[in-house]
Amino acid sequence: MKPSIPAEELLRPGHQACQGCGATIAMRYALKGLGPKTILVVPACCWTVIAGSAPRSSVGVPLLHSPFAAAAATATGVKQALVQKGDLETQVMVWAGDGSTYDIGLQAWSGAADRGEDILYACYDNEAYMNTGIQRSGATPRGAWTMTTPDAPGSQRPPKDIGAIVRAHRPAYFATATPAFSEDMVRKFQKARAIKGFRFIHVLSPCPPGWKYDPGETVSLSRLAVQTGIFPLYEVEDERLRLNMRPAKLKPVEEFLAPQGRFKKLTPDQRRAIQQDVERRWEAWAA
Amino acid sequence: MRRVEATDALPVQLVGDQPTSENRTGDWRSQRPVIDAARCTGCLICWKYCPEACVTRTDKVPVILMDYCKGCAICAAECPRDCVAMQPEEAA
Ligand code: SF4
Ligand code: SF4
Repeated sequence: MKPSIPAEELLRPGHQACQGCGATIAMRYALKGLGPKTILVVPACCWTVIAGSAPRSSVGVPLLHSPFAAAAATATGVKQALVQKGDLETQVMVWAGDGSTYDIGLQAWSGAADRGEDILYACYDNEAYMNTGIQRSGATPRGAWTMTTPDAPGSQRPPKDIGAIVRAHRPAYFATATPAFSEDMVRKFQKARAIKGFRFIHVLSPCPPGWKYDPGETVSLSRLAVQTGIFPLYEVEDERLRLNMRPAKLKPVEEFLAPQGRFKKLTPDQRRAIQQDVERRWEAWAA
Repeated sequence: MRRVEATDALPVQLVGDQPTSENRTGDWRSQRPVIDAARCTGCLICWKYCPEACVTRTDKVPVILMDYCKGCAICAAECPRDCVAMQPEEAA
């Protein structure tokens, strides 16, 4: 049977991600979309480890580690070096977790977006600082358990609306993606490759130890996040937003929350509030 | 990975040009996926979702590289024919 996504494999087995890691499926798809003429810039995040310890590498493309706060600045420099060499084909992609996107590296990518740098910034968002042992980040959902929000009611602040923050920079392209929707995700990286200017893809990336669920459920949780309306799939070009997936009827958010231990202590009130939040947002979108 | 040649214009010190494939992550596994070849349709959904990229395509029934499979059970959960069974790894 012909595969529904490109067969070329740039992710190598033997990497040291946790069992069932969503961020490795995400990288597989990103590289399937971008192809071998790609250079990755990775700030401190889970992928710092998954990339392999020297002299080994888990990806078949060059990968540069950068300081936590400086990924987009580093990528800007790599892109400039390529331009100076006359290489206009190779793509430069930042591959950063939510910690370096929502918090520590925000200034650097905001600057790069403002300058209209010709780079692709991908955030694989597992909604906390997972690599260092599950501390709350600006992406952590309200009510979630983390090591730094250990007691009820969990994380007390809502996550930053990263889509709104990115779109306020008027990037050349913005999209959301998640591994359950493989073809959609690969297509978005293929599309981003062909666009010039600052591009941003926000990937929801389920994390078995951080979200506390059985590793086999990574893809089903990624799917439920979309089907419940928690993580809408959409893309924005020329400041026009297009929903990619419009479920006829949203599933109850409880189907997404229940398998995850990080939401175990949610009260019925908190659960209702999450449901209402999704419905409110969805009404605005659907209008 | 293709070796990037160091040039005067761009001094490159390459530190990582060996694949991770020498790490046999298969020994992390406590359960192993077994495909029922009689029922498998070769749809490649297990290949598509494997986070280890260790399911290989064939003409029909995919082959799982047990040297690398970590036993996460995503393939078993996603197989539309429900024909991947997770079996306990035998105690060494
Ligand atoms: S998902 Fe199931 S039916 Fe499809 S190729 Fe894999 S084992 Fe066979
Ligand atoms: S159990 Fe997990 S690692 Fe092993 S083949 Fe299935 S999806 Fe891949």
